[in-house]
Amino acid sequence: MEIREYIIKRILALIPLALGITFLVFVAINFVPGDPVRIFLGIEGTEELADQIRQQLGLDQPLLFRYFSWLGQLLQGDMGFSLLTRLPVSYELATRFMVTMQLAFLGIIFSVSLALPIGIASAIRQNTVSDFFIRIFALIGVSMPNFAVGVLLILFLSNVFNWHPPIGFVNLWDNPIMALQILILPVIALGTSMAGSVSRMTRSAMLEVLRQDYIRTARSKGLPERLIIYRHAFRNALIPVLTLVGLQLGYLLGGAVIVEQIFSLPGLGRLLLTGIHNRDYPVVMGCVLVIAIVFALVNAVVDILYTFVDPRIKYQ
Amino acid sequence: MWKHIKDFLKQWRKNKIGAIGAVVVILLIFVAIAAPLIAPYSPREMNTIRRMEGPSADHFFGTDRFGRDEFSRIVYGARVSLQVGVIAVSIGVLSGLVLGLMAGYYGKFLDSIIMRFMDILFAFPSILLALVVIAVLGPSLTNTMIAIGITNMPVFTRIVRASVLSVREEEYVTAARALGLKDVRLLARHILPNILAPVIVQASLALSGAILTEAALSFLGLGIQPPTPSWGSMLSESRRYMELAPWTAIFPSLAIMVTVMSFNLFGDGLRDILDPKIKV
Repeated sequence: MEIREYIIKRILALIPLALGITFLVFVAINFVPGDPVRIFLGIEGTEELADQIRQQLGLDQPLLFRYFSWLGQLLQGDMGFSLLTRLPVSYELATRFMVTMQLAFLGIIFSVSLALPIGIASAIRQNTVSDFFIRIFALIGVSMPNFAVGVLLILFLSNVFNWHPPIGFVNLWDNPIMALQILILPVIALGTSMAGSVSRMTRSAMLEVLRQDYIRTARSKGLPERLIIYRHAFRNALIPVLTLVGLQLGYLLGGAVIVEQIFSLPGLGRLLLTGIHNRDYPVVMGCVLVIAIVFALVNAVVDILYTFVDPRIKYQ
Repeated sequence: MWKHIKDFLKQWRKNKIGAIGAVVVILLIFVAIAAPLIAPYSPREMNTIRRMEGPSADHFFGTDRFGRDEFSRIVYGARVSLQVGVIAVSIGVLSGLVLGLMAGYYGKFLDSIIMRFMDILFAFPSILLALVVIAVLGPSLTNTMIAIGITNMPVFTRIVRASVLSVREEEYVTAARALGLKDVRLLARHILPNILAPVIVQASLALSGAILTEAALSFLGLGIQPPTPSWGSMLSESRRYMELAPWTAIFPSLAIMVTVMSFNLFGDGLRDILDPKIKV
C-alpha cells in the first residue's frame, strides 16, 4: 500500500470513530439519573409545563431519533446552549479551546525537549552517576501526578521566593512574555510526568539500538561518535519513543483538565469541570466531544508520522 | 508447585529494583489492613485547639485546619487508595476477560462489535472517560471504582483477545475440541490458564494508574467525598492554607508518589519475570 493511500484510509477511519464517540457521549448523558426538564423547572414547574417542554425539545422521541437529530445539529455547529450561562456551547468551547491547546502544545515542547537529551545522555553514560540521577528523576516524574507537581511548585515558589503565579490568561501571540509567565508553572506540572516516561523510553530504546550490529559496523568504520549517536542510533530509537509520545498526548489533554483547575486557567478542562459540578450537560457533552475528537486526530497524525520516521514500516 | 514458587522467589531476589517495589507494596498493604492499629488517632477526630500544627511527637505529620491528625489520615488514605485500586482493576480485568475471550474465541461479528466498542472507549483519555462516568453516575466511592474500572476495560479486552487469538490455534485446544469439550469448559480450563501471564502483568501495572486516577478524581472533588480520607482530596483541601501549613500538601503528595512508584517497580519486576519478551 502506498503511503498516500494509507494516509487517506487512516483519515477516513476517523469518521466511524468520531460517530462512535458522539453516540457514546449522547447515550451516556441520556442515562443521567433524573429528569433534566424537572431539574430545569425546579419544584414550581407543573407537570403540564414539563410535558410541553419535553415535546418542544423532542425529549419524548425515541433515543435513536433524538441522537440523529442532535447529530444533524452538531454537524451544523449547533451544540445547544449552556444551562448555566445561556450562551451557545459552541461559543463557550471556541473561547476556551485555544487555552487548552496552548497549554498542551507547550507541555509537549517542554517534556520532549527535556526528555530526549537526558534519555540519550543516560543511555550513552549507562551505569554512571549521571545515569543513576537521571533514572531517579524519571522515576519520580512518572510517579508524581501532575496535580501534586502543580501544588508543590506553587508551595515552593510562594514559601521560598514569595512569588505567586500571575492569574488570568493571555494568548501566546498577543503577549508571548506575559503568556509564558502565566503558563510556565502549568506547563512544568503538565509535562513532568510525560518527560519522565519519554526519557525512560528514550534510554531503553537507545540502549537496545546501541547493541545492534550496524552500530558496531559504524564504529569500526571509524565514524565520529556524535554521528553514530544522532544519525544511526537515535533515528532508529525514535519509533518506540514516537509511539509513546503519541500515547502520552492523550494523557496530556486529560492532564490539562486538572492542571487548568489548579492554576485557574480558563480552558476546556475548567469548563468541563464547572459543567460537571453544575450538571450543565450540554457543556459537558461539548467539552468531552472536542477533547476526544482532538485526541483521535492526534493519534491519527502520530500514525501517519511513522511513515516519515521509518519508511520500512509496511501498512495494511 | 513448590519448585515453581522457589524459582519465582529466586528470580525476584535477582531483580533488586522489582524486589524493593514488592517490599514497599507489601508494607502498604499491611498499613492499609492494620490502619486502626497503626494510626494514633481517628482520621475524622477533630481538635480545634491544635489546628494546623507542624509535625511533632504527638502528630508525626502535623494537623490540618480542623486539627485532624495528618498521619492517621494518610494511613487510612492508604486503605481507600488500595481498595479503589484493587476493586477498579478487578472490574477492568473481569470485564476484559469476558469480552476478550468472547471476541478472540468466537471472532467474526461478535469480535467486530466488541472491538469497535473498545476502540471508541480507547478514543477517550482515561481521566476524561472517568469524568464522563462520574458525570453520569455522580461522585461516590462505588462510582469512582466503577469509573476507573471502565477506563481499564479496553486495555484488558485487547490483551486477552490478542492472547486468545494466538492460543486458539494451538494443538492442545484443537485436541480438547476434538474430545467434545463444551466452549465454556474449553475457555475456562485450557485457554484461560494459558493467557493469564500478560493479564497479571498488566493488572499490576494498571494498579498504579488506578490509584493515580482515584487521587485525581478526589482532588477535583469528584471522587471520594469528605470526610473519608483520600490523598487526592487531602491535597486539594491543603491548597487553601498550604502557605501556613505546607505539611498538609507535602505528605499526601509523598504518599501518592511512593505508592505509585512502588506499584510501578513491582509491576516492572513482575513483567520481567512473567513476560520477559515485553521488557521495556
